[in-house]
Amino acid sequence: MEVNEVFEKVKNLFVEELGIDAEKVTMEAKLEEDLEIDSLGIVEVVMAFEDEFGIEIDDEELTDVGTVGQAVNLLHSKL
Amino acid sequence: MSKRRVVVTGLGTINPLGNNVQDTWKNLVNGVSGIDSITSFDTSNLPVTFAGEVKNFDANEYMGKQHARKLDRSGHLSIYATEEALKDAELNSQERLGPNVGIVFGTGIGGIGATEDAVRTFDERGPSRVNPLAITQLMPNSSTGQVAIKFGIEGPSVTITTACAASANAVGEAKNMIENGIVDIVVTGGTESGTTPMTIAAFAQIRALSTQNDNPKEACKPFDKNRDGFVMGEGSTVLILESEESAKSRNAEIYAYIDGYGSTTDAYHITAPAEGGAGAVKAMEKAIEDAGITPSDIDYINAHGTSTPANDKNETEAIKTVLGEKASEVVISSTKSMTGHLLGGGGAFESMASILSIKHSKVPPTINLNDPDEECDLNYTPNDAVDLEINTAMSNSFGFGGHNAVLVFKKS
Repeated sequence: MEVNEVFEKVKNLFVEELGIDAEKVTMEAKLEEDLEIDSLGIVEVVMAFEDEFGIEIDDEELTDVGTVGQAVNLLHSKL
Repeated sequence: MSKRRVVVTGLGTINPLGNNVQDTWKNLVNGVSGIDSITSFDTSNLPVTFAGEVKNFDANEYMGKQHARKLDRSGHLSIYATEEALKDAELNSQERLGPNVGIVFGTGIGGIGATEDAVRTFDERGPSRVNPLAITQLMPNSSTGQVAIKFGIEGPSVTITTACAASANAVGEAKNMIENGIVDIVVTGGTESGTTPMTIAAFAQIRALSTQNDNPKEACKPFDKNRDGFVMGEGSTVLILESEESAKSRNAEIYAYIDGYGSTTDAYHITAPAEGGAGAVKAMEKAIEDAGITPSDIDYINAHGTSTPANDKNETEAIKTVLGEKASEVVISSTKSMTGHLLGGGGAFESMASILSIKHSKVPPTINLNDPDEECDLNYTPNDAVDLEINTAMSNSFGFGGHNAVLVFKKS
């Protein structure tokens, strides 16, 4: 899967599942500041990623994930 | 230090009769039933298929999906009713209400819907798929916390869970908080949204619910000979309580004084009321004493009146004990005949109904009361509202656990 395909799937999850405005979801968007995904929300995001992509994500892998782009790249590397 | 007098300066509500105070009052005095067949889930395997549901409310539309999905339905209703009440009290201009405002909220079973969903997911998909928001949705103090966050309430916050007396206890404890000078304003009331398949099944198991599935609008008939149980209801009602001084200094419109609060416990049985309503008697007497009045001063009683055989009989006896000869004259009604039993949200709703009765000099009826029980022989305002100049109104709330909470309101 190409990076932009992963991004589109991630964007779709954020919009459809979490109710985030589509225009806010860019590769540069910060999860906490821009998308208002707090520490509870991030667990939901990870669950949604795991279900969508059929992968498992360890908590340690999330340490450096602060933006949509970083999340997309992590997912891309695991596919 | 002498106690400060407490007034009500704002009301907000969302309930089976309406999504604002005006519609609710109109339906109350017109004797409209808010009870109907349940539409929010499949009831085909349940012994009871009707309830008083909140209608025409879409939380996603109201607060946006991103916010709405973080809360249980009881949280949505709590924020909605609080926003209405703050607007009504003209306290909605500040972004944060700050440290001089407290919150005391009541609920019977909190986010029970979230609990059921989480257990279902756990069973079907395992622990790693349980909603990470489950705890913050199901905890009974969820609404208290979410409302405080939304409106920046930084004073004391308390959640009261005394079953069907919860929001009456909340209003009473809020009154105490202001009387004692802890804060000047308290956002108080309560919410229940516990109409779920499991709770209906469980209440039905103890034969607490009416089973008149074919006739939902006439099923709740407090004080009637053919009453066969209560009807589940959902909703949130919020009152803004304020010291009289604070209200006057900002020229706020005052609905009524809240002068009396009595709180007692049966310490007898976990569901059945004590014989003769002994605990209820003491709570009424305490509230009357607190209000500095005598029993004969009471013009209107908004009864607990659940439509269960035990409550209505014992409450009637309790009223007779407290009021003596005056019991046959006092005007009583049960608004639960129209809303169903709002459980932990009931006391706040019925406080509102009492206050509006004072304000409009009108008593909402007890509907579906066609064949009075011989043991319930007082004036329950059957089927039609009556005009009545009310100086003092009393609202009764009793809960599983043996909790009794009584409030006395006075014309301002």
